[in-house]
Amino acid sequence: MAKIKRLFNDPYEIVEEYLEGYVKAHKQYVKMCDMEEAQGRVVITNDAGTKDKVGVIIGGGSGHEPLFIGYVGEGFADGVVVGNINTSPSPDPCYAAAKACDNGKGCIYLYGNYAGDVMNFDMGAEQADEEDDIRVETVLVTDDVVSSENIEDRRGIAGDFFVFKVAAAKADTGADLDEVVAAAKKANDNTRTMGVAMSSATLPAKGDVIFELPDGDMEIGMGIHGEPGVRRGKIDTADNVVDEIMDPILKDLPFVEGDEVYVLVNSLGATPLMDLHVCYRRVAQILEEKGITVYKALVGPFACSMDMAGMSVTLMKLDDELKELMDAPCDTPYFTQK
Amino acid sequence: MSDYVLSKDYFVKVIEDLIALVDKRKEYYTELDSAIGDGDHGINLEIGFREVNKNLDEWKNLNVRDFYNNVGKALLDKVGGSSGPLYGSFFMKFGLPVKTKGPDEGATFEEFIQMLDKGVAIIQKRGKSTTGEKTMLDTFIPALETLRKEYEGGTPAKEAMEKAVQAGKDGLESTRNIVATKGRAMRLGERAIGHLDPGAASAAEFLEVFYEDMP
Repeated sequence: MAKIKRLFNDPYEIVEEYLEGYVKAHKQYVKMCDMEEAQGRVVITNDAGTKDKVGVIIGGGSGHEPLFIGYVGEGFADGVVVGNINTSPSPDPCYAAAKACDNGKGCIYLYGNYAGDVMNFDMGAEQADEEDDIRVETVLVTDDVVSSENIEDRRGIAGDFFVFKVAAAKADTGADLDEVVAAAKKANDNTRTMGVAMSSATLPAKGDVIFELPDGDMEIGMGIHGEPGVRRGKIDTADNVVDEIMDPILKDLPFVEGDEVYVLVNSLGATPLMDLHVCYRRVAQILEEKGITVYKALVGPFACSMDMAGMSVTLMKLDDELKELMDAPCDTPYFTQK
Repeated sequence: MSDYVLSKDYFVKVIEDLIALVDKRKEYYTELDSAIGDGDHGINLEIGFREVNKNLDEWKNLNVRDFYNNVGKALLDKVGGSSGPLYGSFFMKFGLPVKTKGPDEGATFEEFIQMLDKGVAIIQKRGKSTTGEKTMLDTFIPALETLRKEYEGGTPAKEAMEKAVQAGKDGLESTRNIVATKGRAMRLGERAIGHLDPGAASAAEFLEVFYEDMP
């Protein structure tokens, strides 16, 4: 076990044990959904399903904490469905989350675009419709610019945070399901991300890294589960790395002079805040050179890959509605604003 | 119609041997997945088949339909990802053609072919896929087609299954030269060339267990 510097007990119980700890640690915000179908994999706010609003349900595999679970709370998601490490949850918990979070206005599923997640969440939505007449709509996050030419085929990574926040704030206004879907889509349409990895995350059940990345190398464009990126090379300076990932992001939307953006410089787990701020410095310089205004920025671990070293940059182009929804107050264990 | 029959014990033995297979081969499946996916196919299967193993003694007394339904549900519930719904649904549907049989009854070979057919059909439906997309269907579909063709053409049952397994392995080998259009490897484009699909690899070895255990 020398290859893995992690703290766990039985690697096959790591998700159960982490969830047990999470709901105890953050009991003023969340609780475990006690429905049988939830299978111990659904965490909901203490008042989920009691407010006159669309139920906002997020989810995906474990290992990205604080994503997804950290954003369940007041003014954010009502519930999260938790899968095994890097693996989507199964259909029954997706269904249970809809039952727990619905209060007659329907629910929205929000998650990153991965084949497994789509299959399982779709089966959950079918069940909610057929057995309980709960209308469930889905918006997939597709912010990773280098993962495909076609936007609808792209993966969802750190941009999840912006899309979830916007949709949840919209739901809190009392908007109906179609309006929440429209807000989520607008946020996704305006959000672009690209990352770099400098080491692999480790898998407890494997007792080793997920993939080999020689010491001193980096992979530009790598996904948050270690999916191969676009270029491997020697680790370069922060400025050069940021230049390399900012270029495809800016060209893709494209972001142009006069635009106003929300920026997220995100750690993949092991990259220190110090380095992230060095990277942010360069992001801000580039945006200034291009005449793009930074409305606000977030720097820190938001969508991680356990102990992977690396970071990603996300930009969301703003309009008045997106600004207002991003600024709406929220209070969750891992993101709070007044 | 032949008198070749697969006993209830055969259907249980297949699952026992799949549990052992996954435990033995998990590193290999995971290694294939690391090259073009997210490197956990073996571990995910292990999570599912461990759960099956825990309940096996209790389920053994059920009829084939319910036995396989429980195996499939355990995979569906415990695994998640793509393997969960795909293999889970495969096993849940596998027993449907023999749903009226008692707890000690097996199946005829004709029924066995129908069972595989049901299982493969649900994988196509859930995955919205077919051959040529670098998935487990590149193993399953040619295997099933060969099995049906050989058996209907008069090849004895076990020999027909042997040919089906070989067709599945050829199908697996064909994934090496396919650019994936489904699943995580889809975003790799040309870079997926040269790598076997991990789902097609586990499927080929699963089919071999179905063959090896035949009388």
